[in-house]
Amino acid sequence: MSENSIALIFVFPLFGAVLCALVGRKSRNLCHPIAVASLAGALWGGIETLRRVIASETNEVSYYFGGWNADAYPRGVGIEFRADYLGALIMLVVVGVAFLVAIYSKLPVAEETPEKEGPFYTLFLLQVTGLAGICLTGDAFNLYVLIEVAALTGYGLIAMGSARAAAATFNYVILGTIGASFYLLGVGYVYMKTGTLNMVGIQEVITANGLADSAAMQVAFVFICLGVLIKMAFFPFHAWLPNAYFHAPTATSSLLAPLVTKVMIYVMIRMTLTVFGVDFSFENTLWTEVIPWLVVIAIVCAATMALAQRDVKKMLTYLIVAEVGYMVGGIWVYNYYGFIGSIFHIISDACMTLCLFLGVGIILRKRRTTHFDGLRGLFRKMPFTMGGFFVGGFSIIGLPPTCGFFSKWYLITGGMLAERWEYMVALMFSTMVMVVLFFRLIERIHLAVTESGENIGHGHGDLALPESETFFDEAHWTMLVPLLLSASVVLVIGIFNQDIVNLIQDFLEPFDLPKGTGR
Amino acid sequence: MVAEPTVVNDVRPLIAVLTPMVAVVAIAWSGEKRKNLREIFTLLAGLVQASVVLSLTPLVLAGNVVEFHVWQIFTNVPMLLRVDGFGLIFAAVASVLWIATSLYAIGYMRGLHEHAQTRFYSFFGVSLCATMGVAFSANLLTIYFFYEMLSVSTYPLVTHMQDKEARKGGRTYLSYLLFTSLCLLLPALSWCYVWLDNGQGAMDFLAGNSMSEQFSDTTQIVLLLLFTFGFAKAGLMPFHSWLPNAMVAPTPVSALLHAVAVVKVGVFCVIRVYSDIFGIEVLQALDGEQIMVWIACATIIISSLIALSQDNLKRRLAFSTIGQLGYVVLGATLATKQGTAGAVVHIAMHACGKITLFFCAGAILVASGKKYVSELRGLGRKMPFTMGAFLIGSLSVIGLPPLGGFVSKWYLVLGALERDYVWVVVVLLVSSLLNVFYLLPVAVRAFFRNENDNEEGEGGLKEAPWQCVVPLSCTALGCFGLFFFSDVLLSLAGL
Amino acid sequence: MFGEDGLLNELLVERFNYCVYVVLLLIGLYAMIAKNNLIKKLIGMSIFQTAIILFYVSIGVKEGGTIPIYVAEHDPHGHHAEHQAHPEEANATEETEENATTATTLHEEDHGHHGPRSLTDEETSDYANPLPHVLMLTAIVVGVATLGVALALTQRIYRAYGTIEEDAVLAAILAEDASTVIPDVLATKPKRTSSKSRKAKKA
Repeated sequence: MSENSIALIFVFPLFGAVLCALVGRKSRNLCHPIAVASLAGALWGGIETLRRVIASETNEVSYYFGGWNADAYPRGVGIEFRADYLGALIMLVVVGVAFLVAIYSKLPVAEETPEKEGPFYTLFLLQVTGLAGICLTGDAFNLYVLIEVAALTGYGLIAMGSARAAAATFNYVILGTIGASFYLLGVGYVYMKTGTLNMVGIQEVITANGLADSAAMQVAFVFICLGVLIKMAFFPFHAWLPNAYFHAPTATSSLLAPLVTKVMIYVMIRMTLTVFGVDFSFENTLWTEVIPWLVVIAIVCAATMALAQRDVKKMLTYLIVAEVGYMVGGIWVYNYYGFIGSIFHIISDACMTLCLFLGVGIILRKRRTTHFDGLRGLFRKMPFTMGGFFVGGFSIIGLPPTCGFFSKWYLITGGMLAERWEYMVALMFSTMVMVVLFFRLIERIHLAVTESGENIGHGHGDLALPESETFFDEAHWTMLVPLLLSASVVLVIGIFNQDIVNLIQDFLEPFDLPKGTGR
Repeated sequence: MVAEPTVVNDVRPLIAVLTPMVAVVAIAWSGEKRKNLREIFTLLAGLVQASVVLSLTPLVLAGNVVEFHVWQIFTNVPMLLRVDGFGLIFAAVASVLWIATSLYAIGYMRGLHEHAQTRFYSFFGVSLCATMGVAFSANLLTIYFFYEMLSVSTYPLVTHMQDKEARKGGRTYLSYLLFTSLCLLLPALSWCYVWLDNGQGAMDFLAGNSMSEQFSDTTQIVLLLLFTFGFAKAGLMPFHSWLPNAMVAPTPVSALLHAVAVVKVGVFCVIRVYSDIFGIEVLQALDGEQIMVWIACATIIISSLIALSQDNLKRRLAFSTIGQLGYVVLGATLATKQGTAGAVVHIAMHACGKITLFFCAGAILVASGKKYVSELRGLGRKMPFTMGAFLIGSLSVIGLPPLGGFVSKWYLVLGALERDYVWVVVVLLVSSLLNVFYLLPVAVRAFFRNENDNEEGEGGLKEAPWQCVVPLSCTALGCFGLFFFSDVLLSLAGL
Repeated sequence: MFGEDGLLNELLVERFNYCVYVVLLLIGLYAMIAKNNLIKKLIGMSIFQTAIILFYVSIGVKEGGTIPIYVAEHDPHGHHAEHQAHPEEANATEETEENATTATTLHEEDHGHHGPRSLTDEETSDYANPLPHVLMLTAIVVGVATLGVALALTQRIYRAYGTIEEDAVLAAILAEDASTVIPDVLATKPKRTSSKSRKAKKA
């Protein structure tokens, strides 16, 4: 069982999806338990995989579907699934987040997309399969297929919402297809020059044949990066994200917002480190000079746009765009600590975004709106929910000891060692914006002041609300427990970040990244 | 500097830090309905914390440091609690005064029928946990953790009134504190982490300092500026205006947090950086270090002048606090042993004096509803204990013997003379004079300017509830006590 | 420019396939971004994807290469030995197989009875590379699925807004935004959660 743990990560959700599709018509109530159970299975497989990776000597575990293993066939014949620390960690985040969202989704799905439990959970599980697959696959073309699996199910999940959601999804389809197609194009050039699609194989051929200067490889690299940047909603290409996630049903946005962009960052790290190799990616291209500046623009613009929003959920979608800038910057400042920061930020950002979106979902359910105007008095009504939500907010700001602080710490350190001051300034700027954003929320939730700044009520914190809005009325436990779990994960990852960072360091060690000057 | 201290591993620092957190749980559980129980928990936590802290005194006086390793934050940088002389002074002051404040808060909050008292006591506990953490931190990163925790946990206290004014105060409060800590302090921290000994334990206060080996003079000055202004809780100008704005909070908060805990955390961190990260020898050799002395002196004089013009009693006290914080920073910037010791001792001396003044201001508010200096005529007759304590507190802050404030100022002067900064001595004298001008009239007006027409209208005015009067009398007596037992503090501070 | 090594020669003769796919790609991209009609956008998307499929297929092709089914008796050698006119330029796959560290790309058909065996370069040089073609089967499926989803979305948009012109849809959305008032939840009592009410109905 254990040696097939990688397969189990996919088998459970895949069969769960089929089951949901079959069962969904007759007995809708079965779908939620099936989804939770299959994701629990996948989570077990994920944990088992990470355990095996840690136990193995080479720090990686391979798995070949259909028995095309590397002992009997030359590398590249079978599609390899390879778990190293990077892939296994991100995969575990994907499956873990999906598991929590699955528990959480019971009520939102039943209420927002009534009678559609069957299709919803089918797509949900396929989405998880796709995302987890992206993290583990060792084959460049297989990666494309999995990206499209995740994207297609994502379109479906988002479009299940209102008609507005469908309109937003249409843009997503167009941009998503452009992104994925560019990636495919890049892979075509890579295959042309190297004759293999296996990621490690490509890297071997590049070094063995000195393809670093090959124009075709440069083109491939540019196409792949461009495609991935579009898919991850990097700033000028971000247009699809805010509307799609804003209008998506609660359960969908809680699943997609923490994962999709982060997994695409993973793809970028995988491409630059494993596939093309450090020398090729960072020393042969002009990009190393240009991208940090693009990142600065991205962070500043996205943060500013977030500042202009009057709706919590919309604001969070812009924060995701800003966070994407952080991580891309962490990669392209090209520094050991920057990479640690980026990889750790993938993990921590997934957790904190999850925390925030789960909180927003509860607000939406209680107040029927996520507009700033509807926030007053929420703390008194739902102290635990709001407590969890604030933990997520503090993590986005980067206050210790949440995980957001540590990832930002490594990113800043990376920027400093690479002497990328502009990146540091952008990080500081966006940190300040986040402070403003979240304390604006906290003010509204906590204080008895109207939008225009008038005192309301009769002093002494009188919120002047109908009684139904002030008495203690916590969220349903199926929604509250995942939120509190994610909040505690944010804290636990922060406090024990050293354990995770050690794994990341073990992963990064062989790549011989620059560690900066010893001033 | 001195011989390596012996390290004793003990769990007591952790207990001292965690006691308030345990109390918070108990307080939240008790809730509004069992308010007696809730307040008993608060007092109990204060007592436990103070006795744990004080029980460490003999160990530290014997030249040991007490350590407790909590967890590993980064490679080489642990979350480490360590009690040494400086930390012990600060922790003892904060925890003893917490007991007094808890008692006072009961009288104050009940007297004014404040809302959301459970929230108030809970976050008070969290703030105390953070303060204790700062006092016992063994390295820069640990201190930063607790520093940020304090910023956030005091926000609900500052905005306790939940009205428009509270929003304005809260905004200023957080934007100053978080801007400086995230944008100035954080880069300085990672700078140190990365380039000091390549992160090999360089953040530790005991590790000895290698600043001058690692950094050029200019970089050191930049770092010094980043640190000094980054710890904006120290109230150094121009990052001071959060403090007067935080006065919208209920008086117990202003008293303990904005005269003792929060602001002292700021100056304490500055002292730590100056004496343990840079080191006295390094600073003395550093060209341009005088800039810091100038900044501190300017803060002292300017804030005293502003205090003169304030009519709101609490705001006047707030500007006075800024000036007194300037003394502490000045002591640190003098970079002499006596100056630093003076600074550390001044934390205790000023805490005791200023908390008395705030307690009095709050007691006046509870008893008469008066907030402004100009309204205080004739109050001395009606509230003799309160105004008597106010007078003692004023004299201690001004620095007259036999009150605590004298001792610390004396050592600051000695420190200044050791570096031949005669002008600093002049600044100290001028500022003492200004202290006289803005503090004494308050008490004088209360006692002597007794106008007959007022007396009729407010004849029924009495002292505040006993829960208010007892703590402020105790702290006033404490000002005397600190003078006579100042040798203990001085030996803790390393003299 | 027009000579044997000229630019035009290179573009139109040696790299003809690239030119075609780039032109198609740009047409598709243009339609996707600039067209106002949603269906036209989707047509653009289809062209875009097809362009990439053509690119893949073209790199797998060898002039005169035969279908990659290995039959020992039918030795393709010798028959097609003379046609390697532009080994470097026109036929990148060739270069591929020489460069690859592994002896060859896959030939799954081959291992039927006697287990897997890598063919030598000699043996494979006249087979067309089947892998890009196989990959494109998957890509076509993906493309069809994407198109299907997109058409379903278009239908949904048409039902909701009565138009498939992007401008009109946007205008409708803007009008909708302007007319929606933020529900004044704080003044009214919110409805009971619908799950409970539905449970009640069931009962």
